Amino acid sequence: MSERGQGGEALGTLAVLAALLVAWEIAVALLAPPPILLPAPSAILAELAAAPSYFGRHALFTLGTTLAGFALSVVLGVALAVATIASRLADRLVTTLLVVTNSLPKVALAPLFVIWMGTGAAPKIAIAVMLAIVSIVADVAHGLRSVDPDALALARVHRASPWAVLWKVRFPNALPALFVGMKVAVSFALVGAIVGEFVAGSMGLGHVILVAQGQFETVRVFAALTVLGVLGTALFGLLELAERLVLPWHVSQRIGRKA
Amino acid sequence: MTDLAVAPCITIEGASKIFGSAGGPIRALESVDLVLENGEFVALLGPSGCGKSTLLRAIAGLEPLSGGRISVRGAPVREPPAGLGMVFQRDVLLDWRSILDNVLLAAEFEGRPRRELVGRARALLDRFGLGRFADRHPWELSGGMRQRAAICRALLCEPSILLMDEPFGALDALTRDDLNLELARIHQEGRRTVVFVTHSIGEAVHLADRVAVMSPAPGRVVEEIVVDLPRPRSLAVRETPAFAAHVAHIRELFTRLGIVRGQA
Repeated sequence: MSERGQGGEALGTLAVLAALLVAWEIAVALLAPPPILLPAPSAILAELAAAPSYFGRHALFTLGTTLAGFALSVVLGVALAVATIASRLADRLVTTLLVVTNSLPKVALAPLFVIWMGTGAAPKIAIAVMLAIVSIVADVAHGLRSVDPDALALARVHRASPWAVLWKVRFPNALPALFVGMKVAVSFALVGAIVGEFVAGSMGLGHVILVAQGQFETVRVFAALTVLGVLGTALFGLLELAERLVLPWHVSQRIGRKA
Repeated sequence: MTDLAVAPCITIEGASKIFGSAGGPIRALESVDLVLENGEFVALLGPSGCGKSTLLRAIAGLEPLSGGRISVRGAPVREPPAGLGMVFQRDVLLDWRSILDNVLLAAEFEGRPRRELVGRARALLDRFGLGRFADRHPWELSGGMRQRAAICRALLCEPSILLMDEPFGALDALTRDDLNLELARIHQEGRRTVVFVTHSIGEAVHLADRVAVMSPAPGRVVEEIVVDLPRPRSLAVRETPAFAAHVAHIRELFTRLGIVRGQA
């Protein structure tokens, strides 16, 4: 994608968003639904502007648990993926474990985590990790495995150590897959954090939504959702940027840049 | 030391290889005998599927034999022996490394410090006309340039044995001629033992001291042909009657083996 194409695309997205917001604003002004059902975008903005530190504090907590959960799932997920290619037994164990955890609705496990870990940040991070780690392990393991057999033969001919093969061939080969996994995982980590905040605790945007809903403060629910949307988009965007910086060599990044 | 110098470089005795497959066992090699002297350039020539690549991989210690034995410098091959360089049909360059770093990969694999070999890597790239491209990435280079870089990588650690598995098979005819000449020069200078797998009769005769002609599966060496054309051999050697006689002889052999049908 050329710089100009990217800029154009971002501009287009913004234009569509702005048009939708304007339509929403006009619809609310014309149809005047009860604010408890649907507030106007301007009202949501006013709500945010009225208490920036309130939303900021809770957003920061959610961001913190999301990032902690995301980082943990990347570290643990990569380690587990390496284990799956290192030994058949580890492969069986990890795969079975992931299939079992994945078949359970993890949201249903959230209360259990509260019993175990209390109402602080820990259970939120744990749920975020549970949701996010699966895509990391699956994608990275796939990337570590799908190495050109001739590259492995080359390494053997030069009597490379297993460590050298992992570090110089398999791991760089898995980086594009790691980024695919991370982009999925970061959204899941955010979902996990919010689910944790729904279940217990007194911090985070999930908590804000829950409390506001109880008091029928629909504007506040929308305000919190807006912050969540911005957070999620920003995290995803940061990962895309990192991907472009780290993987300039990968085919997905080269399209249109070089013939 | 004297023993080592006198002993053949590679000895293949009764080598056989059977691959298990869903449709029953496939006999890839059947009692192959071949001896390669130090510094010799031997071409393994045969139709596709005759097991010549399998034989090359067995010499490299990449493919265990089902029967028979292969020794390199007197020692039986169980895993890749030291001092090998290998070139594959595809260049197997790593996309995330610059050309220079791809060449240095051989040193890194062998656990040798890069500093020691950066100078040699650059000199090799210069010699193969890639000096200006050292900092480029593989996808910025043409197929011929990429394969040149792969040869530099194989030569980096000064291998005494160079194994080449149809290295120029995917290149256009002009690039192929060019690299054939370059390879002949490298062999002349370095006195390396070269095992060169190809299905091109002309290429085999042009490059090799000896051509081992292999039969279709199960692969056997049906004839060894000493190519006594004087070196260095230019492209013009291909126009000489001696060259043509060798080619005609091998083609006739192929016809008898049923590989080439029609006129002899």
